[in-house]
Amino acid sequence: MTGELGFIVNDLMPALMRGLWMSIRLIVPSAVLGFFLGVLAGSCRVYGVRALRWPADLYVALFRGFPLLVQLYIWYFGLPRIGIYLSPYVASVVGFSLCSGAYHSEYIRGALLSIKKGQLQAAQAVGMTRLQTILYVILPQAVRRALPGCGNEIIYLIKYSSLAYMVTCIELTGEGKIIASATFKYTEVFAVVGVIYLALVSVASWALGKIEDRLTIPGFEYHRA
Amino acid sequence: MTTATDSAPVLTVEGIRKSFGNKEILGGVDLSIRRGEIKVLIGPSGAGKSTLLQSINFLVMPDAGRICLEGRPVDPSDRKGLCLYRQQVGMIFQEFNLFDHLTALGNVEIGLVRVKKMKRSQARERAMAELERVGLGVHAHKYPAELSGGQKQRVSIARALALDPKVMLLDEPTSALDPELIGEVHAVIRDLGAAGMTMIMATHQIGFARALADEIIFMENGVVIEQGPPDKILDDADCERTREFCTKITELGGR
Amino acid sequence: MSTPFSVLQQSLPYLLQGVWVTLVVVLGSLSLGLLVGLPLAVGQVYGPRPLKRIIGLYVWFFRGIPLLVLLFLFYFGLFPFLHLDFSAFTVAIIVLGSISSAYQSQILRGAILSIPEGQMKAARAIGMSDAQAIVHIILPQALRLAIPGWSNEYSVLLKDSAVTYALGVAELMARAHHVASRTYQHLVLYLCAGFIFMILTFLGTRALNALHRKVKLKGYS
Repeated sequence: MTGELGFIVNDLMPALMRGLWMSIRLIVPSAVLGFFLGVLAGSCRVYGVRALRWPADLYVALFRGFPLLVQLYIWYFGLPRIGIYLSPYVASVVGFSLCSGAYHSEYIRGALLSIKKGQLQAAQAVGMTRLQTILYVILPQAVRRALPGCGNEIIYLIKYSSLAYMVTCIELTGEGKIIASATFKYTEVFAVVGVIYLALVSVASWALGKIEDRLTIPGFEYHRA
Repeated sequence: MTTATDSAPVLTVEGIRKSFGNKEILGGVDLSIRRGEIKVLIGPSGAGKSTLLQSINFLVMPDAGRICLEGRPVDPSDRKGLCLYRQQVGMIFQEFNLFDHLTALGNVEIGLVRVKKMKRSQARERAMAELERVGLGVHAHKYPAELSGGQKQRVSIARALALDPKVMLLDEPTSALDPELIGEVHAVIRDLGAAGMTMIMATHQIGFARALADEIIFMENGVVIEQGPPDKILDDADCERTREFCTKITELGGR
Repeated sequence: MSTPFSVLQQSLPYLLQGVWVTLVVVLGSLSLGLLVGLPLAVGQVYGPRPLKRIIGLYVWFFRGIPLLVLLFLFYFGLFPFLHLDFSAFTVAIIVLGSISSAYQSQILRGAILSIPEGQMKAARAIGMSDAQAIVHIILPQALRLAIPGWSNEYSVLLKDSAVTYALGVAELMARAHHVASRTYQHLVLYLCAGFIFMILTFLGTRALNALHRKVKLKGYS
């Protein structure tokens, strides 16, 4: 095969598939870690004692306040100045998880705050322990309330994973940039890269929508933007 | 007032039908009203009174039927003509529907400025006069959220009056109001009637209907069951269903 | 080698010039986003079905592709291909503005849809055309409701504007990186840049909150 199609099939796609695999290796652990960080920080901010609350508040303020690119640069270029060296991949995952966790915690916090006091009283009244209350009453309600927001955050993460390229972790965008620079076929390459991201984002929102539908119960309906 | 009622009808409604999905709300309604006449629609909730009034103004698009203003049929697909027609037919809503971002004065003024293209100073004068007429001159610069329900409804009446309507349609103008606020709105409507305004009003206030109406129309399930003078319909109706409804509602509302 | 403090002291004026560039990029794209987003929102609520489809596609496109990819696509690819010789700065505003228009259209669409149906009915009832009703009745209310959404959009754009450094726009982030690579004081400079971004977020959000209070209608929630 020759020409445009040949270029796309023979040269571009293998590289982009390699990049896509790297992107997925960035996104999945960051999404999971970020979500757990968010649950942790969100719970601390709502239920924590003062000594837990203010560090959590500070964490969220800083990591939502700094641009993600600045955070990545701090992890990758900044930390070596104090003797800590992270690989591009690790710096990216750390950066994505910490930033994402701060945003997740906002949704978790909102969800926890929206649970009415009466629910906790009722749980106590039927003789549940604190742990049982959290497991059987608070979490099932909070997860449903937080899901749309957290789902959006994961969609954002997919798109922002492209910034890993800026700290030399060569994922989908990076592979595209390398080929485009070598062949000067910027339009073709980034059109294909864009389509792959669109597909990723669309599949992810479809899947999140399915999960939400599965979990919907009367009184907990919602719509993600 | 009565002398004027002998002239040709101001508004005629012929065979208006409307369905939402499979549910027929209006099953062919005819109605006509002469200048200065006041007709009151009564009937149970869901009878189609509100849909009928909104259809007359094409806020709900009827599936079939014809509406004529002063003998000229209205073509709702003619946008310009429709706007012109609506200026001549005042509409009062159950929920007032004041424009929330405008003061009382702004609400009355906007139709004059934007629709009638009147000069602002002139419009302001006219709007103020209409607000005075409904007794709200002192509240002209308040926003809807700062007014009571009764005051809001009076503003909405002023808003309609400012456009010099030939007919007013009132869709249960007091049913969203606290009981102690109904009187002030009724007083304004009574004054309108005394001044010779042509009106079609839907209401559940039977006592008010009796005092005001030249004719009462009883509707049920989207059709007119019976119509006639208030005393006839309310006390001595021919139709069984009408009697039943009127007995029930007069017991509740008194005379 | 100089101390972190002296580097900061010396480079601060240079960094602050970057703040202006950052702010122009952000305000430019925020305005462009509103200019394009407003008709999109109106079209998506009131337009005919094919138009709604097209707008939906536009929104899907600009919300689904990463900023960095769009910057590369437009700056190195599409614009040169179309023989449009735009500077990195211009492309940054066009791309950020287009993305923002997609998001702003959804903010405004939500605001328009939250206006009670009675407002449109009452406007029609006094003889307004639909266009008049939208301009004089619906939008003045919807735009007020959209201000908190804008406030959020501003802070998102502010942070995203750092990415335009990838095209060489001499904004705050680019300047911080530039100084860092000459002085080897990366940590301090990125932290400084980060805090300046935070301050800008704070100030902008405050300004929009003040605007919100100012145009807020009495007793209107």
